[in-house]
Amino acid sequence: MDARTKQGLAAFAAGALFAIGLVVGGMTEPANVIGFLDVTGDWRPALMFVMVGAIAVNASVYRWVRRRRAPLLAETFALPTRRDLDRRLLAGAALFGVGWGLGGYCPGPGVTALASGSISAVVFVLAMVGSMWVVGWVERSHATPDA
Amino acid sequence: MDLVSFGWALAGGVMIGTASALLLALNGKIAGISGILGGLVAPVRGDVAWRALFVAGLVAGGLVGLVLMPDRFDASGAPALPLVALAGVLVGVGTRIGNGCTSGHGVCGISRLAPRSIVATLTFMLTGGLTVLAMRLLGGL
Repeated sequence: MDARTKQGLAAFAAGALFAIGLVVGGMTEPANVIGFLDVTGDWRPALMFVMVGAIAVNASVYRWVRRRRAPLLAETFALPTRRDLDRRLLAGAALFGVGWGLGGYCPGPGVTALASGSISAVVFVLAMVGSMWVVGWVERSHATPDA
Repeated sequence: MDLVSFGWALAGGVMIGTASALLLALNGKIAGISGILGGLVAPVRGDVAWRALFVAGLVAGGLVGLVLMPDRFDASGAPALPLVALAGVLVGVGTRIGNGCTSGHGVCGISRLAPRSIVATLTFMLTGGLTVLAMRLLGGL
């Protein structure tokens, strides 16, 4: 098996496990997510532990990763390096939060919930992917050579 | 306190963390779902196949989850479809502009103690909470 095939299989397996984790954790039920964000109302704090569990595992592996020169199946790590805080980051995160609170879906659970055939999930994912395409198109058409 | 739901949430989180850790350790990639989708919408040659397979894995895992825990997909608590569409647009635009979502910033970024991700996560938790509060006050939910 060549490296690209192995990478593809690894990506598929990671995606599948990620999705099962989202389902088990309760992220694919919009009312549960909205309840988690409803801190001043009938708060459902359980989803906090999804974050705790995920970060605990991920942070441990990241410590191991930092000591290695390359991942097991590829030549380089593709890790973000930016550390600056800018207006785009804040504005984007703020808009994302409004959408998340409004619909109860974030990107992973939205795609995972497509498996159920839920109309809400289909509408959410189509709107999300469509708007991602539009943002990319607008940014490419406004790109200046030095940007 | 509902210890059972806390336990399920923790178990799900460990699975999500393991999946992200596998993608990083094996392929060297960050499991940020909005970033993975963004790279399919604006494809770069040679960087598409793993993204498509990851997304296919998400749906396949969803099918497994649907068999195991069908009640976890109850969408009756989602708002009316026009609001869901607006939510999708805001999530799409927001994650493109802000370079990430709950997985990329919230899980992977915080695990690396990346300042941008910590600030982004605090920001979207805050605006998400305020949005739910506003919707409740308006009687929308």
